[in-house]
Amino acid sequence: MIKARVTVTLKNGVLDPQGKAIEGALGALGFDGIGQVRQGKVFDLQLETADKARAEAELKAMCEKLLANTVIENYSISLA
Amino acid sequence: MKSAVVQLPGLNRDRDMIAALTKISGRAPVTVWQTETEIPDVDLIVIPGGFSYGDYLRCGAIAARMPVMQAIKAKAEQGVRVLGVCNGFQILVEAGLLPGALMRNASLKFVCREVKLEVVNAETDFTRAYAKGQVIRSPVAHHDGNYFADAETLKAVEGNGQVVFRYAEGTNPNGSINDIAGVMNGKGNVLGMMPHPENLIEVAHGGSDGRGIFASALDVIAA
Repeated sequence: MIKARVTVTLKNGVLDPQGKAIEGALGALGFDGIGQVRQGKVFDLQLETADKARAEAELKAMCEKLLANTVIENYSISLA
Repeated sequence: MKSAVVQLPGLNRDRDMIAALTKISGRAPVTVWQTETEIPDVDLIVIPGGFSYGDYLRCGAIAARMPVMQAIKAKAEQGVRVLGVCNGFQILVEAGLLPGALMRNASLKFVCREVKLEVVNAETDFTRAYAKGQVIRSPVAHHDGNYFADAETLKAVEGNGQVVFRYAEGTNPNGSINDIAGVMNGKGNVLGMMPHPENLIEVAHGGSDGRGIFASALDVIAA
């Protein structure tokens, strides 16, 4: 079994109102010196294969087809 | 003209849409469930609003991958008119039938109010009942209606006359880029819009500004 983590983040230039709100809230809590906050998503998956190359190919397909909206989001895949 | 309304778990504006289509066309639309792989022979397919799949992952993302969407894509390619309202719009962009994406409202708040819409393009299958530049009233109710497209896509969409409606008179409720409220595909037979024209079609609604969209799409414009 392979454990994988997929991280989905907004592309540069895409407005992130939630990140902005978090940035403001952190500032209000007294954390200063924050340049920027961008919010993303993390997916932890367990795959039943032991074949890393196959797992990576499948995860890429999952990202392209569902996990990320590639119009506005980038994704990265890491295997444990 | 015959119409169909798509039903998916979590959509809740289907009844309003069915009522509007029935009143305007004089015949009830057929309903199509998400697992269906074939759509009856109709002239207009409508994906109504709501919260399909609880808005999980991204609004419209899971609905856009249901079997019925393949059937809708095939119909759209044949030239059948497809209208997506609110969640229906989100589903159409997620399915790749319309350009761009719909993101969280800039205010981060759910907005439920009336806005003004400018009919930017009145030479479409959905807006022939209006005049170019006409400003109409329409209700909106959504949390993720903030239209976004990258610079290149936006240029193409604007240049091809694919922007059909813009929020007018400073009523942009969600931060949409260029005040875009409704866009169509390049071919002109698929329209998505965040506002709910089905909720302003008769006196009981307090106005009938939204009626023209259905009258146009169903070819029932009074001479």
